[in-house]
Amino acid sequence: MAINVITVRRPERDTSYLRATLKGMALTFKHMVSPNKVALEYPDEKPPLSPRWRGTHRMEVHADGRPKCVACGLCPTICPANCIRLVPGEDDQGNRYPIVYEIDEFRCIFCGMCQEVCPVEAIHVGQDYENSEYTRERFVYDLDRLMAQDHPVTALWDPSDPLSE
Amino acid sequence: MTHQIGALSPTAFLVFSIIKVLVVFTVWLVIVAGLTLAERRIAGFIQDRLGPNRVGPQGTLQPIADGIKNFVKEETVPAEASKAYFLLAPMLSMAPALVTFAVLPLAAPLPTRWGLVPMIVADIPIGILFVMAFASLGVYGLFMAGWASNNKYSFLGGVRASAQMVSYEVALGLSIVPVFMLVGNVTLTKVVWAQQTGFGWWLAFPLGLSFFLFVISAFAESNRLPFDMPEAESELVAGYHAEYSSMKFAMFMLGEYAHVTTSSALMATLFWGGWDIPIWRGDNMVMTAAGVVTGAAPAWWKTLLTLGMFFAKTIFFAFVFIWVRWTVPRFRYDQIMDLGWKVMLPTALGYVSIIAVTILALDSFGVTFGSFLFGGVLTVVSVLATAVFLWILDNDRLLRGGSAMRQDRLESRRHHGAGAAAPTGAAVGQGD
Repeated sequence: MAINVITVRRPERDTSYLRATLKGMALTFKHMVSPNKVALEYPDEKPPLSPRWRGTHRMEVHADGRPKCVACGLCPTICPANCIRLVPGEDDQGNRYPIVYEIDEFRCIFCGMCQEVCPVEAIHVGQDYENSEYTRERFVYDLDRLMAQDHPVTALWDPSDPLSE
Repeated sequence: MTHQIGALSPTAFLVFSIIKVLVVFTVWLVIVAGLTLAERRIAGFIQDRLGPNRVGPQGTLQPIADGIKNFVKEETVPAEASKAYFLLAPMLSMAPALVTFAVLPLAAPLPTRWGLVPMIVADIPIGILFVMAFASLGVYGLFMAGWASNNKYSFLGGVRASAQMVSYEVALGLSIVPVFMLVGNVTLTKVVWAQQTGFGWWLAFPLGLSFFLFVISAFAESNRLPFDMPEAESELVAGYHAEYSSMKFAMFMLGEYAHVTTSSALMATLFWGGWDIPIWRGDNMVMTAAGVVTGAAPAWWKTLLTLGMFFAKTIFFAFVFIWVRWTVPRFRYDQIMDLGWKVMLPTALGYVSIIAVTILALDSFGVTFGSFLFGGVLTVVSVLATAVFLWILDNDRLLRGGSAMRQDRLESRRHHGAGAAAPTGAAVGQGD
């Protein structure tokens, strides 16, 4: 006999298909009438998300409505999927701000590195996943759209609490 | 006791017939559509899910959504397909299944101002033979689909469909022979009448084994699990309808569910009294001639009640179809053939002889047909026959698993090894 072949000894007598069928039907009937269903009625009920679950991006805004982003260029640099497009600008006071800030949610792999690298806590990944669209172009989120997101943002990993307990 | 209600005039007959055809056809299609939903929801419940419950209240509009979806989907015909047969196959699998409802008695006759309306679309004298003939036409649709698709999986599905349906057709036909022997008629209205008064028992009791064989054959005939070899999605993609899309595919589905509905209605009619309400005698009536009723007086509310009874029975058996489908896995192909030819056919034949002998014996001992003793003796005989059959099925390993076959193989090899070259025998001995 070949190596590692395990012969499973199955009963060869009293293996009635009929009896097994009736037993099975009793079991399925029990499950049918049981009120404990595991289905999650999705659009009405939503699964609980972990605090570090990463989804659609969100840009934090100042109280006066300006984006917190200072156009430092760290996030497009760190982005492994190369999905962030940033054109920095500078106003009269020498404050840098993004002229163009776009994230292609299709290219994004939701690693969350943009959020980790951001020095002013402006860009975040968030707790949102319902971002289906009818066209591909709509998946490129511009600055206004990123600022308009209002879902909770993802918690960063805390080294003193590595398992988020 | 007979009641003269008055026959329908030819015009009234025509009008009522058209109304009946339209209403019954529509209701039947609605039931078939409802079954597709019921199947999915019950499948969901059995698997601890909820099933489709989002279109309309509790998902009741899901069949309509499915229908619309199927109509707007793209129709594809494989380039190498044989076009005429490819188009004909879905029609051939659906139409015969839908035609059979025409001969099923749905309820007690309805008295109206224009005369007595029989609640059956066509009370043709050959009743059940018509059903059998049309039900067996369904196999042409499946086989034609398999052949015309020019796809090896479809073809295999078609071959399996034809082999399986031909095999079980035999058992199906033989399993209802005892019914005819007892009733003495193949008209379904007369079968119901015999169960109400003439014989007096619902035939499932005196012909229990027949019912059991009929159920198994009906499962095989409608290609439902555990007999869904023609589809066998894990082996044959989707079997005979692998190349079909949109409404043509839906027609195969409708055909399958129409078969389920018809089979359930036949189980109810042949073995469980049709539209008869148990114990209550007020519904025991039959239309013996145009406008003449024998038995209890007909009334519109009796028609409604019996109609409800008939649908309750039919839907119960349809539920059993679904229940079994989501319980048992598929047979292996050789097991299906074994069961059909080595178990069902001899059992059905033997049972026909047993019932024939019993009826003959009861007759020659002078027991009156329709008396309690007559039915009682037949019931006892049937219970014994069923017990013996189940005992054999249980102990003689008629339906065996793969490991039992392996044992056989080893034994036969050892047997051969004794006569042949010694090394072979020794090797097998070690291997075991």
